[in-house]
Amino acid sequence: MSESLLRVNDLRTYFHDAGAIARAVDGVSFDVARGETVAVVGESGSGKSVTALSILRLIRNPGRIEAGSSILFEGREMLGLSEKEMRDIRGNRIAMIFQEPMSALNPVLTVGEQIAEVVRVHTDASRHEAWERAVEMLALTGMSDPRERATAYPHEMSGGMRQRVMIAMALVLRPALLIADEPTTALDVTIQAQILELLQKLQEQLGMAVLLITHDLGVVAEVADRVVVMYGGEVVERATVTELFDSPQHPYTEGLMNAMPRLDQKTARLTTIPGIVPPSTSWPGGCRFRDRCAYAWERCEMEHPPLYAVGENHESRCHLAIEPDRRQSPHEPLAARAGAHQ
Amino acid sequence: MASNRGIVGTVISRLVQAVIVVAIVTTLVFVLIHIAPGDPFAAAMDNPNVSEALRARWRAMYGLDQPLLTQYVRYLANVARGDFGWSFSMHRPVLDVLKDALPNTLLLAGTALVLGFAGGIGLALIQAMRPGSRTDRTLGAGSMFFYAMPDFWLALMMMLIFAYWFPVFPVAGAVDPIMHEYMTPLAAVADRLKHLALPAITLALLSGAAVARYQRAELLRVLPDDFVRTARAKGVSERRIMLVHVLRNALIPTVSLLGLSLPGLFTGAVFIERVFAWPGMGWVILNAVSTRDYPLVTAGVIVAAATVTLGSLLADLLYAVVDPRIRGR
Amino acid sequence: MAAESIGTSTHWTRHVVRHAGFAGGVLALIVVVALLAPLISPYDPIAQPDIIGLKNAAPSFVHPFGTDSFSRDVLSRCIYGARVSLSVAGLATVIAVTLGTLYGAIAGYAGGVIDAVMMRFVDAALAIPRVLLLIAILALWNGLPLWLLVVVLGVTGWFGLSRMVRAQVLSLRELDFVAAARAVGASSPRILIRHILPNVVPTIIVAATLGIGHVIILEAGLSYLGLGVQPPSASWGSIIQDGADQVGSAWWISLFPGLLIVTTAIACNALGDALHAAFDPRHTTGAMAELDS
Repeated sequence: MSESLLRVNDLRTYFHDAGAIARAVDGVSFDVARGETVAVVGESGSGKSVTALSILRLIRNPGRIEAGSSILFEGREMLGLSEKEMRDIRGNRIAMIFQEPMSALNPVLTVGEQIAEVVRVHTDASRHEAWERAVEMLALTGMSDPRERATAYPHEMSGGMRQRVMIAMALVLRPALLIADEPTTALDVTIQAQILELLQKLQEQLGMAVLLITHDLGVVAEVADRVVVMYGGEVVERATVTELFDSPQHPYTEGLMNAMPRLDQKTARLTTIPGIVPPSTSWPGGCRFRDRCAYAWERCEMEHPPLYAVGENHESRCHLAIEPDRRQSPHEPLAARAGAHQ
Repeated sequence: MASNRGIVGTVISRLVQAVIVVAIVTTLVFVLIHIAPGDPFAAAMDNPNVSEALRARWRAMYGLDQPLLTQYVRYLANVARGDFGWSFSMHRPVLDVLKDALPNTLLLAGTALVLGFAGGIGLALIQAMRPGSRTDRTLGAGSMFFYAMPDFWLALMMMLIFAYWFPVFPVAGAVDPIMHEYMTPLAAVADRLKHLALPAITLALLSGAAVARYQRAELLRVLPDDFVRTARAKGVSERRIMLVHVLRNALIPTVSLLGLSLPGLFTGAVFIERVFAWPGMGWVILNAVSTRDYPLVTAGVIVAAATVTLGSLLADLLYAVVDPRIRGR
Repeated sequence: MAAESIGTSTHWTRHVVRHAGFAGGVLALIVVVALLAPLISPYDPIAQPDIIGLKNAAPSFVHPFGTDSFSRDVLSRCIYGARVSLSVAGLATVIAVTLGTLYGAIAGYAGGVIDAVMMRFVDAALAIPRVLLLIAILALWNGLPLWLLVVVLGVTGWFGLSRMVRAQVLSLRELDFVAAARAVGASSPRILIRHILPNVVPTIIVAATLGIGHVIILEAGLSYLGLGVQPPSASWGSIIQDGADQVGSAWWISLFPGLLIVTTAIACNALGDALHAAFDPRHTTGAMAELDS
């Protein structure tokens, strides 16, 4: 990782409301090199989406990126930039696509207008030039009849089409980094594959880095170079994609993998992690995963685990790293027991 | 092409509805006239100089001696032909009286509509840029104040302030009663505008207050939508987000408010015309009320209802034009 | 997103409660003044002590709101006027709300052709500007007694509410608990009264609160035209009318009752909005606009 494009360091994004503080992102660090794909994985409530929004500083009141956080992009500290300077970066150097391509597109503007707007806002291209670039970009996303399609409204398109529009809108200015927040979750399985393929193709063609936010390890295995697993507003495991799938270290990562449907296994036994992510207003002390963990012991209650180095470029926020013997004695997690009573 | 047929179909069905509505209104008015005490000649009847024979002839002349059903059918037929009878107080056909008055009301209400919607939407935009700020709260209090104001009272107060205390505008009328005929064309237009200003501003303040309240709520409703976040992620400025992305969506329901606000606008015009002696529908109808000129009163109500219905119809069609999601169907 | 759903509701609730409290307090004060009129009022509202010497006297310590062209004390007239304005508006609203609820509930519950016919009638009624209809009626029946004025105001004021009630009943009708009641053989009126109407109560309360403010303004307008409250009774609107022709010289006669109307109407609107917000978490001010017609 000699040259990193994006370096997030100790990012903390809190939501303040009526005395309560929701620590949605609580000390997250990772980096993204030029041209690579980093996946941020976690359930909903893990803080992954807030992390993505924080990078573009799209956090709205009552949310706040706390002092001491740092986001370096192309060597510049973004948290010190003015709103005007941030706007120059958004959609231009860093672009973002969202999960729900229906609601993420403006229903009363044509898709061409929405793509061209990016060009108009960031360059001094004329209306006509911007439109031409929008059409070109739509063609690049594999849309047939792009000139015709550009004049359509979002409701006249299918979900897959709309996501292509979102991608065209994000990439029209060739950003250095694309943040994709669950880009395929809302789509049919066959369309999912097409969209992922398209993203990979365009990434190669345009040489951008991708920060992929997802809960789907299947998607991660397919496209990511490195993986950041998040839980409870923290990074709980960080590794290259092969490392992670070969030897997951954190019990949460293991849980996610067991919850993954596998084609190679004959018995399609899907296990889910019992319980839910606790509310971000009250993270438990010690390890935040312990109530749902099959290995949790006293230490997990007493001591908040740091990110232990568990291999080359592989870290895990679990005390098992220093007490590996505990792996021999799994038990029923607290959350499962509580759940059984209900 | 299917979409075209859709629009035409909508127009036709709404036109039919409008006709039905006007027919019901006409019937209602007919019923009201006939269950009301006395007969439409009450005012003339009070005149002791009118002989009983003359009254009977009048009754026969206007068909009041016919059976009710005959009268009803004849009445409907007459209304459908635009024949509303004779205005006793103005000594002219009712239709002619209304023909003179309606343009004045449309001018007043139309001016107020444009000013009120433009101003109301503008205020709402300023408020929605910083919801909860001092500006927002001050403007909100202002629109609440005007929203709760009786039309005629505001008109009186505007008259007091801008015609008596600071005589910027004339007190009443549509034109200068003496000098207007002798003015050059340009001066005549200026004279008209000067007379229009105070009633139109009064009416615009009232409708603008309602529009501002509604539009602000609509803007704030759209603001948290996902596509607004998308626009932010594209690097679009807050100002442009508000004006292009949010406003375009929030204006769509406001178009339907346009149709809904027409009855209120018409009503406001009635009172404001009275206060400023503006010779429109309201002024004519109220004068007819005090002279007990029933044909004129009832015709005024029917024409007003028809105007409002037509206006709502136009607003509905406009709605279909501004919303691409409806337009396509 | 988790971020958006956190809290803000507590904030909002507090805001609503404060507004509702203040508006309710203002209304209560006006009602108390109206009730205690004989005790509070400094003069007899219809006494004409000195029709020449005390005619159109400007506001002073003796007559804070001034006097009118019959030398009557405007403050006292306003205090007594509150009784007329409030009771006319209150009773007319009760009539309107009762009619609107029943009509809307029946249409919504009956459905089909009955519903269609009933609602076409409402469409037609809503197309007539209410004030014009009232002007036509009040002109044809000249000088109605007060109680009939109340009835007429009530009978012309329920169309908008009936639409809202119908829409709600229509959706409530399909819900499980209504189906369950029907399955155990409950009769239609019983289902309507026991199971459906209670769910419509919030709408009714909001409509009534907003309606009172609206009728106060409406009645004032009619009285200003000489078609509403007839002398010797005087509502706030009648007092404005007393001063309307001389607004340039004796502005106080029309100013003060108008301010009272505005205050009362604002309080009603604010209370109505606050209640609406309290009943409906997905609150928008605009949604109630329809009730104005």
